[in-house]
Amino acid sequence: MANLVAFGYLIAAVCFVLALRGLSSPASSQQGNRIGIAGMAIAVIVTLFALPDPGWSSYLLIVVGLALGGTVGAIIARRIQMTAMPQLVAAFHSLVGMAAVLVAAAALYDPAAYGITHPDGSIKGMNRIEMGLGTVIGAITFTGSIIAFAKLQALMRSAPILLPSRHLINLAVGAAIVLLLILFATSESTVAFWLMTLLAFAIGALLIVPIGGADMPVVISMLNSYSGWAAAGIGFTLNNPLLIITGALVGSSGAILSYIMCKGMNRSFVSVILGGFGETGLALADQQDRAVKPGSAEDAAFIMQNARSVIVVPGYGMAVAQAQHAVRELMDVLSKHGVDVKFAIHPVAGRMPGHMNVLLAEANVPYDVVHEMEDINNDFQTADVAYVIGANDITNPAAKTDTNSPIYGMPVLDVERAKAVFFVKRSMAPGYAGIENTLFYNDNTMMLFGDAKKMTEEIVRAMA
Amino acid sequence: MAAIDPGLYNLIVFVLAIFVGYYVVWSVTPALHTPLMSVTNAISSVIIVGALIATGPAGFSFSKAIGFLAVILAAVNIFGGFLVTQRMLGMFKKRG
Repeated sequence: MANLVAFGYLIAAVCFVLALRGLSSPASSQQGNRIGIAGMAIAVIVTLFALPDPGWSSYLLIVVGLALGGTVGAIIARRIQMTAMPQLVAAFHSLVGMAAVLVAAAALYDPAAYGITHPDGSIKGMNRIEMGLGTVIGAITFTGSIIAFAKLQALMRSAPILLPSRHLINLAVGAAIVLLLILFATSESTVAFWLMTLLAFAIGALLIVPIGGADMPVVISMLNSYSGWAAAGIGFTLNNPLLIITGALVGSSGAILSYIMCKGMNRSFVSVILGGFGETGLALADQQDRAVKPGSAEDAAFIMQNARSVIVVPGYGMAVAQAQHAVRELMDVLSKHGVDVKFAIHPVAGRMPGHMNVLLAEANVPYDVVHEMEDINNDFQTADVAYVIGANDITNPAAKTDTNSPIYGMPVLDVERAKAVFFVKRSMAPGYAGIENTLFYNDNTMMLFGDAKKMTEEIVRAMA
Repeated sequence: MAAIDPGLYNLIVFVLAIFVGYYVVWSVTPALHTPLMSVTNAISSVIIVGALIATGPAGFSFSKAIGFLAVILAAVNIFGGFLVTQRMLGMFKKRG
């Protein structure tokens, strides 16, 4: 029986790898996802078959649990708006974290069910260390994700919240967790276990509270990674190879995404974790007296419909204004006028990796006109119009030239090379990094003041 | 040769799986990074197998209660994660 289960786990693990592999192209991705679902079904079924002494009441309980959770999950998946994906993913991460804590606690109170005991009934030493580690990572994932969720859902100010001497507090809590972990590993004390878990909950929140909204792509990727490591930790505890493999896959996936996001912002991982970016009260450059050129929707419409090529640069503001459908209409009407329309996506546009791509896909923008930064950056020099909607810092040329700028060195889209730049913006307020965008004052920039969605709709109407 | 500690086997599996994950995830197109996160979310809920084992034994215990709770949480994630991924992937269409 044990061998049969292990074989089932092997198949499930292969399915999960194929599910990730399927995401290498949109064409193969749906098939990949179905394989992933099959893998999960196999894992659950072989585990149920191998339960040592279940009785019908246990099976009933499990079916009820699956039905309950499954119904909630299915409803959420069906109803969630695509603009809310970042907070949904954060919420899901928190559930994985909590599940890891609960499973570890279950194993602590009934280790015999998992076969991780010495003949005298105590838990094996190695398993205790792994149990402690899995629990701590799971608890951090849980509260960290809750805070990230609250910030993304605007239940909490998204700006960094800085406690005085927070590094010292975090260090002290971290040290206490390590001590309790050692105490738990040596004594199997349940008191130490719960104290350690409580402190891990606390530090999870403390770590994310000082991190600001625009660093969320890194935070979410990082929590994605943590949820994987927590699962792997539980896998070590229970000597379960499927959990170890899956945890490692997810952990490395989140780590790679964190790396890509950090690179997209030219930030080090450590500086993101330490938090506080964007709250430094930067002195604005002495450009206050320079004039910008405001324009109307009609002006923009006239120039765009006579252009040969337009590149749209979306940012978080497009998501906030729910402007993706209006942008799609703009693309349609421009195409009718024979204008070539493309989209340029910066790696950190939005609040999570790939956020803009999903929004544009939702609005039926075909994915082959949506390009990543390095593929499209050279095209700006031949484009007639760059239409920047809801993005700011990722277009700031100061990142290339001004060594004093806090975003100096960050890769940016070369929008200023286009013949004309239209910048849709509600006001002259600076972007997240608190830096003025020198692009606003360029001669070829026209500012379109207004809501991203309304402005785009007005342009569409002016062209019709 | 003496028997190898199972902990070491676990470590071998873990390290090799990290390498597999590393290469597979770098091959994911950046356009699908959001579905990547939601699907990794769903598969990391395979932690449900641990919850099922806790819920399994007959009779009532503390372990069984929290195992049951973990089954519910993981099920939300599994169903929610896979379905929302499927929904998103269905939106990605080519021109024409």
